[in-house]
Amino acid sequence: MKHEKKYLFDDPKNIKRVLHILYGCCALLVVLDFIIHRHISHNWENLFGFYPIYGFVGCVILVIVATWMRKFLQRDEDYYEKESYIKEDNTKEGYIKIDSKNETEANNKKETLAIKLTTKKGAHHVDD
Amino acid sequence: MWMTEIPIFVPFFIGALIAAFTRGTLRSVLMVAVPIFSALHLWMIPAGIHLQFIFLDYQLIPYRVDKLSILFGYVFHIAALIGIIYSLHLRDTMQQVSAMLYAGSSMGAVFAGDLLTLFVFWELLAFTSVFFILARRTQRSYTAAMHYLIIQVLSGVILLIGTIFYAIENNTLAFGYIGLNSIAGWLIFIAFGIKCAFPFAHNWLTEAYPEATVTGTVFLSAFTTKVAVYALARSYPGTELLIYIGAAMTCFPIFFAVIENDLRRVLAYSLINQVGFMVVGIGIGTALAINGAVAHAFNDVIFKGLLFMSMGAVLHMTGKINGSELGGLYKTMPKTTILCIVGAASISAFPLFSGFVSKSMVMSAALSEGYDWIWLMLLFASAGVFHHAGIKIPYFAFFAHDSGIRVSDPPKNMLFAMAIAAGLCIAIGIYPQALYTLLPYDTGYNPYDATHVLAQTQLLFFSALAFVWLNLKGMYPPELRSTNLDFDWVYRRALPHSLKNIFAIIWQKDRTLRQEIKQKLTLCLTYMAAKNNRLNGLLSRNYPSGSMAMWVAVVLATYLLLSFIK
Repeated sequence: MKHEKKYLFDDPKNIKRVLHILYGCCALLVVLDFIIHRHISHNWENLFGFYPIYGFVGCVILVIVATWMRKFLQRDEDYYEKESYIKEDNTKEGYIKIDSKNETEANNKKETLAIKLTTKKGAHHVDD
Repeated sequence: MWMTEIPIFVPFFIGALIAAFTRGTLRSVLMVAVPIFSALHLWMIPAGIHLQFIFLDYQLIPYRVDKLSILFGYVFHIAALIGIIYSLHLRDTMQQVSAMLYAGSSMGAVFAGDLLTLFVFWELLAFTSVFFILARRTQRSYTAAMHYLIIQVLSGVILLIGTIFYAIENNTLAFGYIGLNSIAGWLIFIAFGIKCAFPFAHNWLTEAYPEATVTGTVFLSAFTTKVAVYALARSYPGTELLIYIGAAMTCFPIFFAVIENDLRRVLAYSLINQVGFMVVGIGIGTALAINGAVAHAFNDVIFKGLLFMSMGAVLHMTGKINGSELGGLYKTMPKTTILCIVGAASISAFPLFSGFVSKSMVMSAALSEGYDWIWLMLLFASAGVFHHAGIKIPYFAFFAHDSGIRVSDPPKNMLFAMAIAAGLCIAIGIYPQALYTLLPYDTGYNPYDATHVLAQTQLLFFSALAFVWLNLKGMYPPELRSTNLDFDWVYRRALPHSLKNIFAIIWQKDRTLRQEIKQKLTLCLTYMAAKNNRLNGLLSRNYPSGSMAMWVAVVLATYLLLSFIK
């Protein structure tokens, strides 16, 4: 789409800018930790950078665990609509597999035949 | 004054009648007028019991106003008004009528002063709201609606049984503090818990809400779970079990939300997460915690409504709601984008947005009451909710990769409804005292102290940083077209399948058994037949018909003889 209007984030520079602002804010917040006097209600809060580290690590763990959960929780979109899901799927896959196998076999045969022919042709002397 | 004796649900039920028999602009005007009129009516009502009568030796109080119920009354009026404005473009009488009935039922439940009235409205909530799901008119929504209805009605039935036990044990039907020290207490607790989407009873919500119509989900998200929160706050404050249930509710849905593709289902999971905060607050049970719980319920109705409205707008305009199919919509839907971000900021509890001023109360209460680990879980859930509702929703719908979809902003009424909600989110965030005066207790809590603001901002910004980092590293799970198994797998797949298998086995055994018996019977019969199958046998098949004729002749002769003797 050549003539389409350029939007704000079509320019990678703008995305960079937003990210830099975010990094700046994060740095500023860590610095503010030293400036603002906290009244602490729990010992954990005394640890250096408790909230930033907890937020960051918590989210990373959340995403990693959730991604891992996909391994055993993920199913097809119409999982609950399909009645005999497993059977259908197996036959389908099997069918495709056989089909593709046949195809490749056929291709291989053709190729070998062609090679044979050509080699025969090549080996065959015109004068014989 | 007779006006005060009209229960709050009555104007809404009248509104439903109006919606059923009017059309066009007139209906729109009248439907908008109902919640406004009713809210003014509620404004003028003093606290107290306004309606009571005796029924079978029990005192029924269908209409009671106090500080706790009136707060929910207000927010339900706001939700009803916003929802009605949002659905003004609809030409579907079924949905308009059920919207009115549903809102009215929730008012009825909140202002109920006895358990029997509560039960009536509890069931009405289920029956009036199921139409929002049916109105989608797909096979999928039909299935979801049936599951929803069965579970909701089950909750009502358990409530009724609990109520009967309660009436026998205590000789009263009063809807007040109940506690967990009797069978009745447990039954009612379970009934409330089902509607509150406790873990393992939460799948009616995540299954049905995303299958409802665009406007239906907005209504659904506001009322059912909040009525349950209200009921828990009234009957089970300070029940320690609730703290652990609530903490589980805040944490487990965020994992599902991260990998879910249907963006309205992501919101459904985050709805459970938010209700978890309220449940924890009720479980702690101090004045601050209860205040936090009900204030968070108040705010949640508005910001979750706003998020559902913005996703509804996306669905309405594009016909798609899967994260994998959307993206880049900010280009042509700028207003919706901004309104959605306001909702996202509110649910993430950014300072100056409404979530911040209420969620922090629950967290502070957890910390001050010495529930350290619970506090850590809530903190994790706060970061997590920002991650999936605050960033994921706007990012995958409006930014991310460009899907090439170019649709305009939704109709004006939808935008206006979202603008009201967004305005309230910001207003409550900036001036929380307005909300605090409505709360049941006066705690003098101030959310805006430097320590707290700094801590929350640090938490959120570094969660955002984690999102950016994961995305740049390519570690963020991509949106995939899929179904993720949850506990509903048990009753949607495992139970029917195992039942099917069990019945298959039973039928098979039954057939072989019957065949065997039949065989034995035939054997018996043939044996008997063979035995009698001789010419002179009494039951022989070959017995000559001549003997029959003779016997008839004998009988007739005897008869004749007897008549002569007489």
